Amino acid sequence: MSSPEVATPTAEAAPMPVTPAVVESAPKKDKPRSLWTDAWYELRRKPLFVISAIMITIFVLMAAFPSLFSSVDPQAADLNRSLTPPDFGSWFQFGKQGQFGFDLQGKDIYARTIYGARASIVVGLSAVLGNMLLGGTFGILSGYLGGWTDTLLARFGDIFLGLPFVLGALVILSTFAPVQDSPSALRITSLVIMTFIALGWPSFARIMRAAVLSTKQLDYVHAAQALGARPGRVIFRHVLPNAIAPMVVVGTITLGGYIGAEATLSFLGVGLREPVVSWGIMIGDGRNYMETAPYIMAFPAAFLAIAVLSFVMLGDAVRDALDPKLR
Amino acid sequence: MRGITPWKVTVGLTAVALAAAGCTSTPEPEAPKNDGSFIISWSEPQNPLVPAGTSETQGGVVIDALFTGLTNYAAADAKTEMANAESITSADGGTTWTVKLKSGWKWHDGTPVTAKNYVDAWNYAAYSPNGLINGTFFGDIKGYSDVVSEDPDGPDKPQVAPKPAKDKLDGLKVVDDNTFEVTLGGPSNLWPIKVGYSAFMPLPDVFFKDPAAFGQKPIGNGPFKLDSWTKNVELKVTRNDDYQGTDKPKVKDVVFRVYTDDAAAYEDVKNGTIDFQQQVPSAKLVGDLYKTDFGADRSSNKPVSSSAFIALPTWLPGYNDPKVRQAISMAIDRKLIVEKIFNNTRIPMNGWVNPNMAGYKDGSCGEFCTFDAAKAKALYDSATTKPKEISIAYNGDASHKPWVDAVCNSIATALSVTCTGKPFPTFGEFRTLVTTQKMTGMSRAGWQADYPHIENWLNPLLKTGASSNDGKFSDAAFDAKLKEADGTADLAAAEKLYQDAEAMLPALMPTIPLWHSSQQTVWSAKLATVTINTFGELDLATVTVK
Amino acid sequence: MGRYALRRLLQAIPVFIGTTFLIWFLVWGLPGDPFAGRCGERQCPPAYVQFMTDKFGLDDPLPVQYLNYLTNLLRGEFGQTFNGTEIGDLLAQAFPVSIKLALVAVAAEALIGITAGVLTGLRRGSFIDNLVLVSTLVLIATPIFVIGLVARYSLGLASVSPEAPLVELIIPGLILGSGSLAYITRLTRVNLVENRRADYVRTAVAKGLAPSRVTGVHLLRNSMIPVVTWLGLDLGSLMGGAIVTEGIFNIRGIGGLLFDSINRRQSGVVVSIVAILVLVYLIVNLIVDLLYGVLDPRIRYE
Repeated sequence: MSSPEVATPTAEAAPMPVTPAVVESAPKKDKPRSLWTDAWYELRRKPLFVISAIMITIFVLMAAFPSLFSSVDPQAADLNRSLTPPDFGSWFQFGKQGQFGFDLQGKDIYARTIYGARASIVVGLSAVLGNMLLGGTFGILSGYLGGWTDTLLARFGDIFLGLPFVLGALVILSTFAPVQDSPSALRITSLVIMTFIALGWPSFARIMRAAVLSTKQLDYVHAAQALGARPGRVIFRHVLPNAIAPMVVVGTITLGGYIGAEATLSFLGVGLREPVVSWGIMIGDGRNYMETAPYIMAFPAAFLAIAVLSFVMLGDAVRDALDPKLR
Repeated sequence: MRGITPWKVTVGLTAVALAAAGCTSTPEPEAPKNDGSFIISWSEPQNPLVPAGTSETQGGVVIDALFTGLTNYAAADAKTEMANAESITSADGGTTWTVKLKSGWKWHDGTPVTAKNYVDAWNYAAYSPNGLINGTFFGDIKGYSDVVSEDPDGPDKPQVAPKPAKDKLDGLKVVDDNTFEVTLGGPSNLWPIKVGYSAFMPLPDVFFKDPAAFGQKPIGNGPFKLDSWTKNVELKVTRNDDYQGTDKPKVKDVVFRVYTDDAAAYEDVKNGTIDFQQQVPSAKLVGDLYKTDFGADRSSNKPVSSSAFIALPTWLPGYNDPKVRQAISMAIDRKLIVEKIFNNTRIPMNGWVNPNMAGYKDGSCGEFCTFDAAKAKALYDSATTKPKEISIAYNGDASHKPWVDAVCNSIATALSVTCTGKPFPTFGEFRTLVTTQKMTGMSRAGWQADYPHIENWLNPLLKTGASSNDGKFSDAAFDAKLKEADGTADLAAAEKLYQDAEAMLPALMPTIPLWHSSQQTVWSAKLATVTINTFGELDLATVTVK
Repeated sequence: MGRYALRRLLQAIPVFIGTTFLIWFLVWGLPGDPFAGRCGERQCPPAYVQFMTDKFGLDDPLPVQYLNYLTNLLRGEFGQTFNGTEIGDLLAQAFPVSIKLALVAVAAEALIGITAGVLTGLRRGSFIDNLVLVSTLVLIATPIFVIGLVARYSLGLASVSPEAPLVELIIPGLILGSGSLAYITRLTRVNLVENRRADYVRTAVAKGLAPSRVTGVHLLRNSMIPVVTWLGLDLGSLMGGAIVTEGIFNIRGIGGLLFDSINRRQSGVVVSIVAILVLVYLIVNLIVDLLYGVLDPRIRYE
């Protein structure tokens, strides 16, 4: 049990042996536990998980009930207060305006940042989950089955890989949600999500496929196959849990990328637009005022960074908890 | 950890990169005067470099350097001055014009510039199967209708346009090598002003052998000749030492370098990599940043001959009521928007004509272009039919969003309605909808003068069926007044009539005037005697380098 | 292995045809007349629109247009843009620049990302680990134009000169690669952490190999598969998708050209660029797939 620590050139790995000891002793007391109960037991005692879970809860609340955080209308524009810098004196005073300053149109940046959480988180999360589902499935199938399935799926993915994001997005969005028809916020949002999935799944599939290729060579997979386990069982019980890590990593990071990319679409006139508020739109709007009014961009960008950080930390903690080898 | 540390390596690399990237900014060895060169920020032209085939400014600025037409517009006040023409005279009050050329002018390939070069070029441009963008500029020459044919079912449909009856304009006649005669469809004293536009420039005989190849390697008669053109990178022109015009350049080479991002070009002018940017990015207008960066001696802020409007779909219920149109116009706080959004780099409009034009009259729009929320609301409420949708369509590929949103907010607040900005992804898509009358609300419009005269702001924009009448506005009395003015030979009397026509507009409110543009230009320390002409371009003839 | 590679190269043909047709279809499906916006605020003369439509065969049915393009391509002709430029010239100028830029970016992210990944993977949960996590995520969450502009302003850099020499591309390449740094770092770290418990690592340690050799040869090599996959994907997307970085440093590469051509409906340019990009993807993915076998000898291709 001590050999891996020897492999570490430093003594920094000391905290690690603690966890396995705890976990090893714990399951013995109760009935046999499932992977998930183990994981939950593991998670509760990780500060990383607790912090990120609290942060995500706050963001989810923000997305669901923005009026809990701000009573100001995010659309109220008064050009007279255009580009007013943040008023730090009014922080923590509910109902006040201008905590984060006002943007070019004289809209309250604090209120907009709060209201922007919904669109940003919904778009980012759904796009990543959709990609993981679609890309992950294709990746497992082509990695595990190999042969013609692999060839067909991989080459099909290659076609989409070459597709320029801007072109695909322009066509999908202007065909199904033309500006002329004043499409509803729901329609644009779901199309933006679908665009991200349509253009993003091949990358996820390739990452998954690579992980499956090396996992399926492992002894316990061969053992399971030799014992006559059906492919479905082998995939779900043995291959998937051990191959999912790279995709979780890519997924959690891409979440932040998508929230930012949504801004690119808005910039092109095909993404989310008024009256929908999103962090991406706000960051795009602030682009021209980086020097003179950095607060327009800084606050939504900071929220975006913290949200992504929370999701990555959560993903990390959950993955560690699910991986029996790490205990 | 022995030897070179990673830290040192990185620092070393950075230093190299900096030195390399910055090397262009070190001053070049003192070039002898009259022999310098400089670099202008530019973007790739959209059409081949043929004078009558280019209507946008990027191609236009190169065309102006390579070709010289009959007349030039003076850099300072846009007054017409003779260039390749010795004289342009009319004996019959403006119907037949005799053009005499200066002798001794040569093309860059050494052949002489003759009257035939003009007549051939104009015939080629006007003949519609040649498909040149500026062909319509020859519309007032006699016989134009014989050289154009219209597609019976529009350009997108299968039927093709029949061949026109003739391939030469009746109104053009070569008299001798240096003289030709132009007969117009009717009298017009504006004609000598119009011919300064690049569509009227001549073409050498070599053009007609292979027009496509010529467009990639044009041979002109102007102050500069083409040296090299690396597509999508840069175009270089060099001084034509045989140039006969008075506007002889004082520099040897001018390089037009392609920039995709105007912020990058701005930084490069600032650090001296390039020397001239015609319009600074809007981010640098906030708080007059460009003035801080460049100082008064290396920047200019100059009103230019272009203005912004809102076009109204006059065929839709609600929008067909002048009262609604007036109310919307009065609901826009132009002054506040210009101050907050444009940092006072626009001039609120109170009429339909740009101040740089001959015949401009101040204040012709009156109260209807002055913000008054209460009056606007009262007027709007008094209208029986309201528009179904109040929206402003624009193209999202240029920076229109801030002002469209501000105008919409202003209208929404004043009239208690909802107003939305509708961004179409590209200019092409936006224009397709405008020209096919598919707009369901208002749309942004802009106009840049072709030639500095009040007529250019009324006929093409507001006459029934005119090419840029986006709102399909039509009024018989107004049309009649324009027609009267068009047919008036006396320049001063005609000007007065155009002004009378403009005075009819506040009651009709065909479009909503917003603001006149001004242009903020910056240049490097290398350039001296910088003159910006009324079209906002750098006058290449007078510029010198240190 | 040779037969496998050959088969993969043959498979490239249908992918190539599929992609080019898809792109042609998409550009064709873009709304708006390509010539409506070419005369400024003025309505283009119908004669001009007719002339251009005929010249570029935009009236023909989609399959005819596509077949014409394909036959010309087989003859080595890419066609012309609307302003008469040979598309071949544009590609010959822009692709070398983009390839250089993308290689710099990929090299930078591989070098920095793998180093950071090894550091954090070996010292999981340490201060270094968290510091690297936060800083790579800040890079992800910061829009690339902010990073680019801040770098340009603070270093006072000039744009890359038209010839785009390699030294001038180092900083733009670093900025371009910064977005993927987080992926590489995290992917390296997660695989390292998993593989540290593998039997072969224990064996290596038990044999008494030096820690650096265990990490460098046994651990790292087996942890590289997802990382190499990601790098392969990135090379292609960094070539075609470097719109912002190219704009900030005025690099005359593929990204800006592609974006501009999409906006101007220059289908010939768009399809040609994408066709070449697809070839790049295919070849890079093939190399990556062959590398799997090298990195993990248990993976075999029949």
